[in-house]
Amino acid sequence: MSTNEEHRTPVSLSNISENDPRMQPAAKNPDRVERWIALMFLAGFVGFAGFGWAYWVDAAPWILGSTVGFAFSLIGIGVVAWGKYLMPKGPFVEERHDMRSTDEERDALAAAIIQRGGGVIKRRPMLGALLGGGLGVFGIVALFPVLRSLGPLPGKTLTGTDWKKGSYLVLQDGRRVHVNDFKIAEAVTVFPEGFEETPNGQAVDQTIIIRLDTQDFTTKKGRETWGPAGYVAYSKLCSHLGCPVGLYEQQLQMLVCPCHQSMFDVTVGAQPNFGPAPRPLPQLPLFIDKEGYLRSQSDYLEPVGPGYWERS
Amino acid sequence: MSDVMTKRTAKAALGPYGRVGHVLNELDDRVGSAKARNLLDKIFPDHWSFMLGEIALYSFVIIMVTGTFLTLYYVPSQTVVTYRGSYAPLDGIKVSQAFASSVDLTFGVRGGLLMRQMHHWACDIFLGAMVVHMARVFFTGAFRKPRELNYTIGTTLLTLGIVNGFLGYSLPDDLVSGTGLRIAFSILESIPVVGTYLAFFIFGGNFPGTAVIPRFFILHVLLIPGIITAMVGAHLFLLVRQKHTQFPGPGRTEKNVVGTPMFPVFMGKTTGYLFIVTGVTALLGAFTQINPIWLFGPYDAAKISYAVQPDWYMGFLDGALRIAPSWQTNNFGHTIPWTVTFPALILPGIIFGIAYAWPSLERKFTGDYEMHNLLDRPSEVPVRTAAGAALLSFVVWLFIASSTDVIANFMHLSLNDVLWFMRVTTFIVPVVTYIVTLKICQEMRGADGSGRRKTPSLVTRTAEGEYLSTAAPYHEEMEHHEESAVPVPTFLVQHEVPLSNGVRTVERADVPNRRKAATPLSPAFESGDVLTEAPNHQEMGDYEDGSVLVPTFLVEEDLPDGGAVRTIER
Repeated sequence: MSTNEEHRTPVSLSNISENDPRMQPAAKNPDRVERWIALMFLAGFVGFAGFGWAYWVDAAPWILGSTVGFAFSLIGIGVVAWGKYLMPKGPFVEERHDMRSTDEERDALAAAIIQRGGGVIKRRPMLGALLGGGLGVFGIVALFPVLRSLGPLPGKTLTGTDWKKGSYLVLQDGRRVHVNDFKIAEAVTVFPEGFEETPNGQAVDQTIIIRLDTQDFTTKKGRETWGPAGYVAYSKLCSHLGCPVGLYEQQLQMLVCPCHQSMFDVTVGAQPNFGPAPRPLPQLPLFIDKEGYLRSQSDYLEPVGPGYWERS
Repeated sequence: MSDVMTKRTAKAALGPYGRVGHVLNELDDRVGSAKARNLLDKIFPDHWSFMLGEIALYSFVIIMVTGTFLTLYYVPSQTVVTYRGSYAPLDGIKVSQAFASSVDLTFGVRGGLLMRQMHHWACDIFLGAMVVHMARVFFTGAFRKPRELNYTIGTTLLTLGIVNGFLGYSLPDDLVSGTGLRIAFSILESIPVVGTYLAFFIFGGNFPGTAVIPRFFILHVLLIPGIITAMVGAHLFLLVRQKHTQFPGPGRTEKNVVGTPMFPVFMGKTTGYLFIVTGVTALLGAFTQINPIWLFGPYDAAKISYAVQPDWYMGFLDGALRIAPSWQTNNFGHTIPWTVTFPALILPGIIFGIAYAWPSLERKFTGDYEMHNLLDRPSEVPVRTAAGAALLSFVVWLFIASSTDVIANFMHLSLNDVLWFMRVTTFIVPVVTYIVTLKICQEMRGADGSGRRKTPSLVTRTAEGEYLSTAAPYHEEMEHHEESAVPVPTFLVQHEVPLSNGVRTVERADVPNRRKAATPLSPAFESGDVLTEAPNHQEMGDYEDGSVLVPTFLVEEDLPDGGAVRTIER
């Protein structure tokens, strides 16, 4: 074996002499490495001081971050280089020890648990059963108050909205929508009047109206009266995951959900024809009152928003 | 009065190690700390890939420090206030306190923007480092016995990290995070039977309610970080207790560990590494904007912005939701929106289920119940490597699918075409990845000199200007050292080993917990032979056509019955 080979043989750290080549630094020229590291530390020192100054004068965030960032990076590189080039290069070796205990130790543990522990319970089986039963009951009943008090039961919350018979359609700022307000191919988000007062009004009641024509518009059979003067109204909650279906593609006459790109054809009852949405958007039946304001004939006839177990 | 001590005598009385030694002795009197000395002598093997886990650990430290800073200013409340803070464009707008305080700690607190960006960057780095670290552990077989428990802890840390990341970016209550909460609510709703109840309990009523942000806050800053910290502690404890794995190399065996000592070398390097990770995170925080909530604006349930995407580690779920077909079932008056339930809940369950189950699956299929402290080269175990690459490519493809709209816009394609392309390729890509990876591994395993250090060539220029390339003079350090490798499990190799090369399947008699192992035998070995020494690499690997190079050895101690080998015909 050559000397070179000898130096590559790993050696145990115990009983190694200070003069062993493996205790020497890895660098060929330690003095030069030391000078570089000193330079890094000095730059880090300056960087940290610069950070202090930057903080003091309330400098821009990028100055704060770059001073402290460069300082940490340079000092870090210096410390790593110190460890890599100037400390004992090794290689050193250490024996692994089996994780496994001896058979006697294993048996002793098993005996302690099973005989000593199990014996205690076996001698007083009734106490063990009662203790276990009692704690079990606590575990089960504790679940109820802990979970149940977190929130109300869903009940009918998900099935209806705040739209009622005769609700005025209002914009987000509360203005009522008049039949002459919008031209063909315009779309706008509306709410039932008084939506600000309801806790979840903004989220649940949001409805998008699109003017498709100047004549009454029928989107589906049985909905002949729902689209007066070409205004059709759909729930703005995507039937996929409840995102607001906020994009109206005029050319295609489609509502597009920006979250997962479901598309709904507004001319045929917001039937989904692209993407993951499984159901059409519910349509709100509208009518125009004597003063020309848009109002709802009733609430939505089906639950709005994404699907869930109780939805029929 | 004669025992007045001079400074010199006082110093002498402290013993050869002076004041530090004195303090150490005092401590040892009380807790026996000197017995922990062998911790300082602990040997850590050296390889660049072993520092990936360190990146995760140190970015977690940065998350904790910067996060603590943020909690000093953040108000976890959905109470609506009129914004009158330091960011003028939002002045007078009605926003939640959570949003107002998030914007104010960004612009109104010195270093606030930097801290917030560092926190977010450190989180993205944390998750990324965990994923890459996990890939290293997987592809090198570091999860094998005795380290399955630590692998399980690590996988749990990844899931907890993903969950806590989601909770964290929901807290500012900006437009994008609010949309994320809306989606989370709908995903909960999609769970059969209990979904709506679960959603209402977690959100304290119908979406959006006013409870979710305070609740997510305490989960995000206390409960989950507490669990993560405890599990990181357990992860490191097991690492130290079981000692780190190492790649095969000079002097390295299953029964030792070769490297540098904990103190001072490893400690020095790893501390430097902490500084570097901190420095890089600070530079990212300084120069690259992340999550600019003041541009997104406050959450408004009726508003939405274009190209809504979650943080990168949630991307694969978003992608799966996008490309899922629009299926739902409606039986007996009950709706199950599979288009949501499957990609958002069942699919991640399957992906993480495979990840959790892999060590026991591999044990079961290979019959390999041995201890492994030497790592595999990924190419040595083609099936595992190919399976891991396939799963990874599947998740990466789902991640790409989360930007179908951006891809369509950027490449001027129809969204419809992009969607269908992603739907189809999501199933093709993992299969192709599997086959290609398997082939590459098999080729590499057979190729002469794969995994060896390249020999440099010497390029010389003659007087006439001609360049000549010759092999560099032989240098001892270039020599390839091959140590006795570990037996490769049958399942993973047998069908790639051609029988014509004198390779037979050997049933190892009476070896507990190992059914059989494919072992190349030189024709000299016959049934019933007693192997007294391990054949060396040259004898084993160099077949005439050079096609097989299986680093598999029969070692005497593996055969308790004295080493009798019975060959069976296949």
